[in-house]
Amino acid sequence: MDTQALLIVLVAAGVTVLLRFLPFFVFGGGKETPELISYLGRVLPFAIMGMLVVFCLKNVSVVAAPYGAPEAIACLVTVAIHLWRKNTLLSIVTGTVCYMMLVQMVF
Amino acid sequence: MNKNDLKKAFVASIPVMTGYISLGIGFGILLESKGYGPAWAFLMSFAVYAGSLQYVLVDMMAGGVSLVTTALTSLMVNARHLFYGISVIDKYKGAGWKKPYMIFGLTDETYSLVFSDEAARGVKDKHGFYFVLTLMNQCYWVAGSVIGGAVGTMITFDTTGIDFALTALFITIFVDQWRATKNHGPALIGVGASVLCLVIFGSGNFLIPAMICITCCLLAMKNRWDGSREEVR
Repeated sequence: MDTQALLIVLVAAGVTVLLRFLPFFVFGGGKETPELISYLGRVLPFAIMGMLVVFCLKNVSVVAAPYGAPEAIACLVTVAIHLWRKNTLLSIVTGTVCYMMLVQMVF
Repeated sequence: MNKNDLKKAFVASIPVMTGYISLGIGFGILLESKGYGPAWAFLMSFAVYAGSLQYVLVDMMAGGVSLVTTALTSLMVNARHLFYGISVIDKYKGAGWKKPYMIFGLTDETYSLVFSDEAARGVKDKHGFYFVLTLMNQCYWVAGSVIGGAVGTMITFDTTGIDFALTALFITIFVDQWRATKNHGPALIGVGASVLCLVIFGSGNFLIPAMICITCCLLAMKNRWDGSREEVR
C-alpha cells in the first residue's frame, strides 16, 4: 500500500471539498444571502462561462504552427451551428467531430 | 421526481457523458501507466472528483511530493470553485438532504448545466433535477476512469481531440447566456480578464489573478448593473 499516495489523494479531496462548501458556510447560513453576494451570484455565471472557455483553450499557441487554427475553426463552427439550429447537442457533436477531424487529419 | 424530469436530466447530461467518459478513460490510462490501478482511479474519481486536479495529482503521486505542496496545488487549481458556490447559494436554497451532494459534485460541467436555461426548461422539481444531473455526471466520470484503468490500453480508436466536447459545451452555454440578456458586460469581463491574465501570467497561473480581476470589475460595476436587475437577471 502506497501510504504517501493515499495521503496525497485525501488532502486533495479535502481541499476541493472545502473550496466547494466554503461559500455556503460563510454566506449561506442565514435566511437572507448578503446583498453583495447575491449580486455576484447573479452576474458571475456570465463571467465564469467566458472564463471557462478561455480555461479550456489555455494551452493553444497562437505564435507557433498551426497558430490555433483547429481550435478557432471548431469554435466558430460550434457557434455558427448553435446560432443556426439552437440545439445544444447538435452544436457540440458537430464542433467536436470537426475538431477531431482537423487535429487528426488536417493539422 | 417524475419521469419527464429524469429524462430531461439525462438528455442534458449527454455532452458531459461524452467528455467525462473519454477524459476519464484518459485519466485511468495515465494513472495505470504510473503503477496505480483501477481501484485508485475509482477512489480518486469518487473522492476528489475534479478533472484537471486529478490529472495533476497523477504526477504528484508518482513523484511523492509533500502534503503541503499537494494542498497548495489543489488550492490553486480549484480556487474557481469558490465562484461556483457563491453563484448557487440562492439557487440551491431549500434543497434539503440533496444539498450536500449537489455542492460536493459541483464541477465545471455540472455548474454550467445548472446555469443552462435550455437544460432545465419545463422541469418541475428543479432541485431533484440538479441532484440527478450531478449524480449522473459523477457516474460517467467514475465509470470512465475505472474503464481506463482496467482496459484503457486495449482501445485502438483514435480519440485525439474528443475532449473538445467540453469546450463546445461551455461555448454553447456562453452563446445561450449571451442571447438571454441585454447586458453583455459580465460576459465580456469574463473573457477579457481571463485572456489578459493568461497573456500576463501564463497558462499555469492565470486563473487566480483572473478571478480577482473579474470580481473587482463586477463589484465596480455594481451600482450601474444592479439597478436594472431584469437585464442582468
